[in-house]
Amino acid sequence: MTTTTPTIAPAQVEEPTGPPKSAAAAAHSTLTSRIGSGVALAIAVLWTIPTFGLLVSSFRPEGEVKTNGWWNAFANPSFTLDNYKAVITGSDVDLATYFVNSFVITIPSVLIPISLATLAAYAFAWMDFKGRHALFVAVFALQIVPIQVTMIPLLKLYVQPPLGLPQLAGANAVGGGFWTVWLSHSIFALPLAIYLMHNFMREVPRELIESARVDGAGHVQIFTRIMLPLLTPAIAAFGIFQFLWVWNDLLVALVFAGGNLDVSPLTVRLAALAGQRGEDWHLLSAGAFVSLIVPLIVFLAGQRYFVRGLLAGSVKG
Amino acid sequence: MSTPEKLLNLVFAVLLFFGVMGAILLLTQRLRSRNGERVQIAAFVGPSLLLVAVGLLYPAVTTIIQSFKNRALTEFVGLENYRAIFTDDSQLQVLRNTAIWVILTPVLATAIGLVYAVLIDKARFERFAKTLLFLPMAISLVGASIIWKFVYDYKATEQDQLGILNAILKSLGVDTYRFLLTEPWNTLFLIVIFIWVQAGFAMTLLSASIKAIPDEINEAARLDGASSLKMFRFITIPSIRPALIVVLTTISIATLKVFDIVRTSTGGNFGTSVLANEFYTQSFRAFQQGLGAALGTLIFVLVLPIVVYNIRQMRKLESR
Repeated sequence: MTTTTPTIAPAQVEEPTGPPKSAAAAAHSTLTSRIGSGVALAIAVLWTIPTFGLLVSSFRPEGEVKTNGWWNAFANPSFTLDNYKAVITGSDVDLATYFVNSFVITIPSVLIPISLATLAAYAFAWMDFKGRHALFVAVFALQIVPIQVTMIPLLKLYVQPPLGLPQLAGANAVGGGFWTVWLSHSIFALPLAIYLMHNFMREVPRELIESARVDGAGHVQIFTRIMLPLLTPAIAAFGIFQFLWVWNDLLVALVFAGGNLDVSPLTVRLAALAGQRGEDWHLLSAGAFVSLIVPLIVFLAGQRYFVRGLLAGSVKG
Repeated sequence: MSTPEKLLNLVFAVLLFFGVMGAILLLTQRLRSRNGERVQIAAFVGPSLLLVAVGLLYPAVTTIIQSFKNRALTEFVGLENYRAIFTDDSQLQVLRNTAIWVILTPVLATAIGLVYAVLIDKARFERFAKTLLFLPMAISLVGASIIWKFVYDYKATEQDQLGILNAILKSLGVDTYRFLLTEPWNTLFLIVIFIWVQAGFAMTLLSASIKAIPDEINEAARLDGASSLKMFRFITIPSIRPALIVVLTTISIATLKVFDIVRTSTGGNFGTSVLANEFYTQSFRAFQQGLGAALGTLIFVLVLPIVVYNIRQMRKLESR
């Protein structure tokens, strides 16, 4: 593995093991490693430039954003915060309201599925009951029902609930549309959440659970005293995963907030902005970065957990 | 609703929720008898199962039934909606586009992720390099579409260019190009956006699995004088096969459901619509509910083989 990257990592070239290389082999490997790091660098640059361009644009004065490319900002630097001001507080495109909406939508949509899923995953992992395995597989399989398919039936349930339950969407809805969004996000997250939590819980050594049982601990004690503390990293992992997903969602909000701008998140507003004002790059770029900043902070802060969460979910499957 | 009202709603929801969860834990903790344990199990699993049954199972079944009904869902029309999908020119184009998306995106995103993971493995800036590729994952697909709309921006050749791609074309003396409007290539340029988002995901999983290859295997191969390319072909690829398959299937599923990019970039116009976007258009814009349901069902049918495959893998793992 190391032979592919010595130009980036000179420290690693001197491997303590292995025979001395012939001059030809050394030349060959240096050449491939040069090409290798060149390719890696090219990919890294290609992946970064689009975002970088938008970031630079968001700080340029309106007139310049609209007349010349963002790379000109380096030859002739003039930067301003006006775009951000206009986007955040402007009466025309007041992103502040949508920002609040995004938070109000995201927090319960992360907490509800996590708590439900840890309870269910515990039962699937450590409680003994008939049909446990079949039920678990069924829940896992439901992960694949496309959100699109669920929307119309769910929407009908929310508007005309059976058994005289209160209406969750429509004219008389409580909470003005947030409940439907929370509930929908929670439902869509559950199969994956249960699956991930189950995987983490199965990693806890059986002896630990058994000795706790011998000491007289019930399931609730084992769940709260042993599982929850051990599971904190896993919960964080899934929490970040779910946070990014909900914060960045467009479709669920579009359908279940019913076009009600009072409860719509940033993404809905941004999508509308992109449609209406394809040319207003100064507002769009600043708007995109306002919506970006929160998931970016969450992502960078929890990157380690997030990656672990991804790995537990997929590599084992 | 005012902001304080919204926040109140938020606090209420969270409190209600943890109240219920706390109640479940408190009320069931004393149950030790056999019947008591049953109640406890139901309390742990019940809420999740109820939500999943109401929110996923029931809608899936209803949608499948609706896909055999007419536009207002008033009477059954048999396979009419499916016939429409497979004969109508614009619907056929949607199918074709979806096929192109599903074939190209997973393969290219995985390939780029893999190459990058191999190249930066054990490099000095590995963490930083990984973050660069992974970052688009944190950006919403709407945000990503805006970022790329800017990259693809079109101005007539003689004008000053805002989009970097057309600026490069112009500096090479080539006429500028309408990346998002010119059929059929615009679909490819939309796919590039999704690859940009997904490659980091592939890279993360593959990199972890490359690191899991035992050192002895690499050492042995190197002692045998294998070149970097040979090592890659004969050691790395076979060793990470399971991870490769997982990455390919996961991205395939995500691609089948892709909606935001098409919606934000072109709105599905100019011949770029895909199944997920067409479903939204037909169901919520054109009020062709039967056809919409059929399009949704089609997504489900296409994803089904991938689920079956995953469950089989899981079974294998459990029985071990």
